[in-house]
Amino acid sequence: MNPEFLHTLQDLLPQIQGYIYPNEIEIHWGLLIVVYPYITGVVAGAFILASLVKVFNVREVQPLYRLSLLTALAYLLVAPMALVAHLGHPERFYEILLTPQTSSAMAMFGFVYAWYLMAVLLLEVWFVHRTDMIAWAEQEKGVMRLIHRTLALYSRDTGDRAVAFDHKALRVITIVGIPSAFLLHGYVGFIFGSIKANPWWSSVLIPIVFLFSAIVSGVALVILLYMVITPLTGGKISMRCVDKAVDFLFYAVIVDFSLELVDFIHRVYQSEEEIKILSEMVMSKLFESLIIVQVLLGMLIPLTLISLTKIFRKRFGLNEDLRKMVYFISVILIQFGIFATRWNVVIGGQMFSKSFRGLTTYKMGFGGIEGLLFALLLLALPIVILAVLMKILPPWKEMHGEAAPEGVEVASSSS
Amino acid sequence: MNGRRTFLRGFLSVLLSGGAIGGILKILPSEADAREAPPKGQKWYGFGVSVDKCIGCARCMEACKNENNVPREPFFFRTWVERYITRKNGITVVKAIGPNEEPSPEVASDKSILRSFFVPKLCNQCASPPCVQVCPVGATFQTKDGVVLVNETTCIGCRYCIQACPYGARYLHPVTRTADKCTFCYHRISHALLPACVEVCPTQARIFGDLNAAASPMSRFLRMNKIHVLKPGLNTEPKVYYANLDGEVR
Repeated sequence: MNPEFLHTLQDLLPQIQGYIYPNEIEIHWGLLIVVYPYITGVVAGAFILASLVKVFNVREVQPLYRLSLLTALAYLLVAPMALVAHLGHPERFYEILLTPQTSSAMAMFGFVYAWYLMAVLLLEVWFVHRTDMIAWAEQEKGVMRLIHRTLALYSRDTGDRAVAFDHKALRVITIVGIPSAFLLHGYVGFIFGSIKANPWWSSVLIPIVFLFSAIVSGVALVILLYMVITPLTGGKISMRCVDKAVDFLFYAVIVDFSLELVDFIHRVYQSEEEIKILSEMVMSKLFESLIIVQVLLGMLIPLTLISLTKIFRKRFGLNEDLRKMVYFISVILIQFGIFATRWNVVIGGQMFSKSFRGLTTYKMGFGGIEGLLFALLLLALPIVILAVLMKILPPWKEMHGEAAPEGVEVASSSS
Repeated sequence: MNGRRTFLRGFLSVLLSGGAIGGILKILPSEADAREAPPKGQKWYGFGVSVDKCIGCARCMEACKNENNVPREPFFFRTWVERYITRKNGITVVKAIGPNEEPSPEVASDKSILRSFFVPKLCNQCASPPCVQVCPVGATFQTKDGVVLVNETTCIGCRYCIQACPYGARYLHPVTRTADKCTFCYHRISHALLPACVEVCPTQARIFGDLNAAASPMSRFLRMNKIHVLKPGLNTEPKVYYANLDGEVR
């Protein structure tokens, strides 16, 4: 038995308010499980952004297309790490894949994940880059040549029929991909929403709220990455593209905010057994993370900022740098807001006792698997993976290209 | 060529949608993996608690920790006893009494107290157990005689069952790193012994037995008392029955 762990629990004892069941002192799903829905949310959101180009033919955001696909892939690779790391027996995680219990929402994770990774993301990334990889391999030497050859699965055909097939396949994959992205994150919401024992989670709206917050976080993150990476690699930020993406972000935030507001009003109006303890929790333990970070910093301020650029269109339209700065601040604030949303759902759902008579406290560690350091590492890892992916599958031509109306990109001529 | 393609497409979509519908049907009812109460003749274990008889001596908790190797620290319990004190101003204060801790007797002279009582708690061994429903690997399961157990060799320690239990009956065992909870002392009852807590209870506030037996302390308990279960609204169908349970108890 770990004496340090027992010591932590001992320290929590005096911080308990009211009565909690004696087994409820330990918060079982900690920081890692906050990171997990945040990361899968980014995956789903980034993919939805990518599909704007492919399915809905939003030409303006073409420079974001490959970036968002690679972002989705980088984050998806990290998502299960948080899950496996938090298990009491990480070495047994494969049991969930080999002998899943079909009645368990969690057991479906393996299938949803595998489907999304194999049938959607990897396929789409492959088809998008296939002809490019062949072209790159022809100009290169040594290791990179081998890498591109292998990744292209030694396909050499760049004839018209093959390219036409690529486009057709891409379209189908994206169309299948949108419901899959919805499934991926809606399903994460369902893991929480289906727990009838926990009134903070148990809500039909949770999967939908998760979905929209996922779109918000993914789109915001891709915009952020685009605004940071493009100047660093010697390109010029296409404001037409960013304007359009921020437009989508704006509406997604509004929908997300409205949904959460509906959920809130519904709870307060119904005012069931648990309302007392939940409002106590929101006003004390969750005040900073919910009222301040999630609602104020993460939603209201970005909404106001972006609205300002729309209302004073003339002034902001003339001054690109000002607009850029407003967008930049907004998408960063939104990232913090969405992370706080995940925190409030996951940690908040365990801070009140199921006896509805008391509250416990979450004490975040610094080191160790459940600690802050490891969580930060997991949050940084996708960026590293993304850097590697961009090295192997460079999206520069597309990212640096002005959002041209048509036909500039090889991959964009699917219409 | 076209015919084959159409056929394949149709076949695939039927396969996919069929799989999806089948999966949903399997997930939907929480009773899917729970057993119906077996016919007479087969054992179906239940537990009775006489709230009025409990004196809060905590011997049950002590016996349980000894019998089942439950860690001594006050964060891990297979069973515990809550003390409720409702004052005349309507405020109820609840406290879990510690093992080996005799409750302070001075409350008898405290005139501001309206009523006060003890409530023993343990796993409710639900007939429709939410913990069994959510376990991703089937490590938590229900036996034929209606006891919910945890297989500690396959439990992956994801703690979904701990989240799903409405009664706070589960904890993560700090040594095995797997979920743990009351088993009705399954190793004892399968040898026709009583659970440890029932055995040591000096006032017979705890009663254990086969719900299907025609004549047993358990069936007598159910016949002679007004019965209530904890959180009936969640439809978990608990098999721990409380006699004279106060409305304040959750």
